[in-house]
Amino acid sequence: MTVQTLTLAEKIIARASGREAVRPGEIVTCAVDLAMIHDSGGPRRVKPVLERLGVGVWDSKRVVVVSDHYVPAFDAESAAILKLTRDWARDQGIENFYDQQGICHVVLPERGHLRPGMFVVGGDSHSPTGGAFGSYMFGVGATDMAGVLVTGETWIRVPETIRLRWDGALPDGVSAKDMMLKLCATLGMDGGDYQAVEYSGTTIAGLSMTERMTLSNMAAELGAQAGLIAGDETTAEYIRQAGGDPGAFVGEQGDEDAPCRVEHRFDAFALDPQVAAPHSPANSGSVLDAEKAKLDQCYIGACTGAKLNDLQMAARVLKGRKVASGTRLFVAPASTRITAQAAADGTLAALTEAGAILLPSGCGACAGYGAGVLAEAEVCISSTARNFKGRMGAKSSQVYLGSPFTVAASAVMGHIADPRDFLAEGAA
Amino acid sequence: MTGTAENTGRAWVYGDNVDTDLLAPGAYMKGPVETMATHCLEAIDPDFATSATAGDIVVGGKNFGMGSSREQAAQVLGILGIRAVVAKSFGGIFYRNAFNLGLLALVCPDVDKIASGDALSIDPAAGKIENLTQGTVIATEPVPDHLLNIVGAGGLVPYLEKKIKGAA
Repeated sequence: MTVQTLTLAEKIIARASGREAVRPGEIVTCAVDLAMIHDSGGPRRVKPVLERLGVGVWDSKRVVVVSDHYVPAFDAESAAILKLTRDWARDQGIENFYDQQGICHVVLPERGHLRPGMFVVGGDSHSPTGGAFGSYMFGVGATDMAGVLVTGETWIRVPETIRLRWDGALPDGVSAKDMMLKLCATLGMDGGDYQAVEYSGTTIAGLSMTERMTLSNMAAELGAQAGLIAGDETTAEYIRQAGGDPGAFVGEQGDEDAPCRVEHRFDAFALDPQVAAPHSPANSGSVLDAEKAKLDQCYIGACTGAKLNDLQMAARVLKGRKVASGTRLFVAPASTRITAQAAADGTLAALTEAGAILLPSGCGACAGYGAGVLAEAEVCISSTARNFKGRMGAKSSQVYLGSPFTVAASAVMGHIADPRDFLAEGAA
Repeated sequence: MTGTAENTGRAWVYGDNVDTDLLAPGAYMKGPVETMATHCLEAIDPDFATSATAGDIVVGGKNFGMGSSREQAAQVLGILGIRAVVAKSFGGIFYRNAFNLGLLALVCPDVDKIASGDALSIDPAAGKIENLTQGTVIATEPVPDHLLNIVGAGGLVPYLEKKIKGAA
């Protein structure tokens, strides 16, 4: 009998379920290495369940709590939610509690909690972001999470793997966000079919961890359960810098001949900046074909689009330029640590001197929380992941999606614009 | 089996990609979920939340419930009395959430044969939907056993309660 070849997803799930091998379609129970929850779907929703069951969390060292949705408190109700989160983390003895330090998907790796091979559950749909670190990480709702917190395990239907291979270098002014909008348009928002997406190829190998995070993050927009990238030396170096231990699974990849559902191939060098028209990331196409919609607001924020790399992209476009009159540019760095890094390297100064308005580090307007939401009929371009109808504010508001390069260029013009024109010119 | 008043509901038919933000708008997230339920789907159908009655069935196309992990997207349907969601396919997280909260989610390739307002009688164990208005029967895909157990217990919490207290 030949040994069964396994994809990266199958290797991680096999280990977590205590088996030699697993096959797509099997339903298995997995031990959870780490559970991450936030203030919106976390303590305020799981606390009543734990109380009803009369139990605490299964292992306080394996739980990370991040307050990032209602931050900073903007009224008495949001203040109460943050307080409940704080009190619950204390009562449960959870040491890994990050109170208003940034968005969970960014804080988790930033503080060294992820490493290749882990099986991780997050109480948020953008949890596939952890896949950039070679972790099998996926999002669940609050009741599912309560089950994890009580038992330390959860069920999974072993996914098939969809391989997305990108080769070649991205042109200047084109980023991981553009790759994802292209994939959303090509495969559709159900193209991932709740299976595991695995990114590979020379393009991926050359990307920074923060750009890889954008790819894994938006696996959610493909409808995939997870968005994996095998850990390599770039991964290990990031984890060491974050004070974590890369572990023995670094370098582990899916078997070359392991069966997958499909492999799609793409050329990075041929990619234009992409813009998604309202109200779906799948309504994407080249910026060259995008309507030059006049903009009331430009937004750089969220786990998808406000990591250090993202702010640096925007700063390259904005340095020495000004935000057009008649529009406004908000920048909400994805974590306080990123804010400090951006302050140290001059990125923040380039943004604010151009007229950008800084907002707190949190989920913010991306999901219609906090500052920066839209009025009826307003038009915005955003570096976030989703432009669903009404998500960022009023029901008739219109949100376009683009990379931080594209959002910045659009802020300078006051309408949707191609960032490559600005990068070619250099500083004005 | 013929449809009876107890297991018959009216169909509310929507298209592909009905997302979590339409079902459970973020603006109402910090308030009581009962309030949020009154805004369910208002951006695409202002009548739904006020007119849906107990036992009604929501019918969607592909990728129903895509988007956020917020389980209020399933919870508000339960609060409005929705008996089940029938769709060509579901967002994976919504699908798990629905069963965890005791709401049936049925995959059915033939939802195009259902019109808004049709009287439907569903039988998840037999895997069929009887359309009483049109006099037709369409098939649904089987629900995995462990999910039937969870939904049969009334959701994941009562299921765990039984397990934990049973073991104690």
